[in-house]
Amino acid sequence: MSRVRIQGARVLDPASGRDEVGVVDLVDGRIESVGRESAGVPDEVIEAQGLWLAPGFVDLHAHLREPGQEYKEDIESGTRAAAAGGYTTVCCMANTDPVNDTPAVTEYIQRRARESAAVRVRVIAAATQGLRGEIMSEMAGLAAAGAIAFSDDGAVIMNAAVMRRVLEYARGIGRPVIAHCEDLHLRGSGVVHEGAHATCCGLPGSPAEAETAMVARDLELARLTGAHLHVAHVSAARSVELIRDAKAAGVRVTTEVTPHHLALTDETVRSFDTNYKMAPPLRSARDREALREGLADGTLDCIATDHAPHALYEKDVEFTAAPFGVVGFETALPVALELCREERMTPLELVDRLSTRPARVLGIPGGTLEPGAAADLVLLDPERVWKVEQPRLSSRSKNSAFLGRELRGRALRTWVGGRLAFALGEGELA
Amino acid sequence: MRHLLGIEEMTRAEIERVLDASEAMLEISQREIKRVPTLRGRTVINVFLESSTRTRVSFEIAAKRLSADAINVSRQGSSLSKAETLADMARNLAAMSADVLVVRDSVAGVPHMLAERVRVPVVNAGDGCHEHPTQALLDAFTLRQSLGSLENRVIAIVGDISHSRVARSDIHCFTKLGAEVRVAGPPTMMPAGIEALGVKPCFSLEQALAGADVIVMLRIQQERLDGALFPSVREYSRTFGLTQRTLALAKSEAIVLHPGPINRGVEIASDVADAEPSRILEQVTNGVAVRMAVLYLLTGGES
Repeated sequence: MSRVRIQGARVLDPASGRDEVGVVDLVDGRIESVGRESAGVPDEVIEAQGLWLAPGFVDLHAHLREPGQEYKEDIESGTRAAAAGGYTTVCCMANTDPVNDTPAVTEYIQRRARESAAVRVRVIAAATQGLRGEIMSEMAGLAAAGAIAFSDDGAVIMNAAVMRRVLEYARGIGRPVIAHCEDLHLRGSGVVHEGAHATCCGLPGSPAEAETAMVARDLELARLTGAHLHVAHVSAARSVELIRDAKAAGVRVTTEVTPHHLALTDETVRSFDTNYKMAPPLRSARDREALREGLADGTLDCIATDHAPHALYEKDVEFTAAPFGVVGFETALPVALELCREERMTPLELVDRLSTRPARVLGIPGGTLEPGAAADLVLLDPERVWKVEQPRLSSRSKNSAFLGRELRGRALRTWVGGRLAFALGEGELA
Repeated sequence: MRHLLGIEEMTRAEIERVLDASEAMLEISQREIKRVPTLRGRTVINVFLESSTRTRVSFEIAAKRLSADAINVSRQGSSLSKAETLADMARNLAAMSADVLVVRDSVAGVPHMLAERVRVPVVNAGDGCHEHPTQALLDAFTLRQSLGSLENRVIAIVGDISHSRVARSDIHCFTKLGAEVRVAGPPTMMPAGIEALGVKPCFSLEQALAGADVIVMLRIQQERLDGALFPSVREYSRTFGLTQRTLALAKSEAIVLHPGPINRGVEIASDVADAEPSRILEQVTNGVAVRMAVLYLLTGGES
């Protein structure tokens, strides 16, 4: 029997609506009690006055790069970074090498996770074979092997008939399809948001409509098929409107937004810094405002990082030649906390978007402090100020859009199944 | 000035300092012995990773007239073809004690990227669709020769504005010098938010040229046909080509610039390109002088 008592923290549990200072007892990897002390003498008491205690965060969109691109990240380094960001579950996308489109790869990833992961890893498998957008993958077999959702992510399924069949088939298996909505023809060679900033710096732009036209298509297909569509990393104001209307009309759609799209705009590309290059691109201030509003009113369900590690030398090239994507596990919390500081959302709503709703969207455990649930928790200091610098990031890759910035808020300890997966080093406490 | 990366970053005073210095450099080019010892012992490396004749030769002549050693690097036969990254190549060139790197690349932002990574002054000789600052400076210099001042002059820039680095640099330069700038072309060649640069977009030649003092014709790149930006060369030249007929839409004393190379019979008719209002060859002559001035100022010529 191991008993851990965390006392004095502000306990935030969106699943029960609890937001109060109290005691949480963990016994043998499970949550024993919340709000009152359980019987028995704790082996360890953690004094957490002034801190927040929340269910561990659930990231339903990440790239762990294993197998195949371990020089960028692997399951060990990626999940260590996730734990450092307060995450207890991360879902990894299928664009590994080989692509995760067979039960063998799905099982391999889960085995590597059991061997090396600091947090829980859930597997998203390819929707089509080889991410080619032509023939659907063996979704039933993949689901039986452990895949919790299907997605071709950035390899967008451009053929609407194929997307329709994927949605229909996934519906039969009871799993969502996660769609990276971007019309690749309309995007063309675009690498940044089309607008005055792209025009000024002469970089090829991609209009917001490259996303919104595809969001509209996929919402129509979700309506047609009755399938659960999850729209990944919404970036445009008009997408939020389309999704709001579809939800009101009863379409089964859920969504996510990234911290970088909530925080940054296309103005950043004026620096030609490739750490501001991602797909979808950072958009206008008006788009960013609509994303914040959509997250606050629940149109956007979740915050997901789209953690996309790339080696430094891969980003140290001409802007158009650089790969898309940024790392995100370790900066998501402080960036998202800005919305609380701006009083756009309550802390309870924020934890809901980072933890409870992502778990519900995917129908996986987590996101709750209910007694009996696995002790997946994060103890965080919402006021801790720290500077984002390469050596401080646990991820093998350092391609953060927030390098050099001072952020406020940091995970101090992360437990996964009662085991301490991360504790901020003493050197970091100063 | 530490680098010359774009006109956008320059003040009007800095632009005028380059133009003033160019006057003296032009005089050197008109001497019988076209060489002064000003930059003797200095090394200028021209890194031209996109094909160019005019600009590369112009920079090379500029360096040599100032007695600098000029070395040319092109993509073919360079270490880039051995998969060395551009940043590494620039670091290596800088390590050979280069005094100036002149950089031309097909990707916007490359000179900025290199300027952050080497401790050598970098001159942008054209980066993708972003800027071509020495072209704008030589355009402004040429206009100053003909018009005295650009203050309140009406300048129309016609062509593929979206893909033109000359257009962007000219817009910044001319507006900073007090001119009113219009841009014209089919909507498929007009970039989003161009108004943010302080210009008025026009979708017809008539609208753009009415009352214009200066017409800058841009080269139409026939490879853009693949991008379906215009249906045919014939239709383009009919709607946006400068001919004796359409030239008459502008002021009677209007002058014509073109950054070259020209497509005769496409964006500009031969009888316009070769006639009195054209300053196309003066632009080329002045280009050497302006680039001499830039190299001189960047290597500490002011002190």
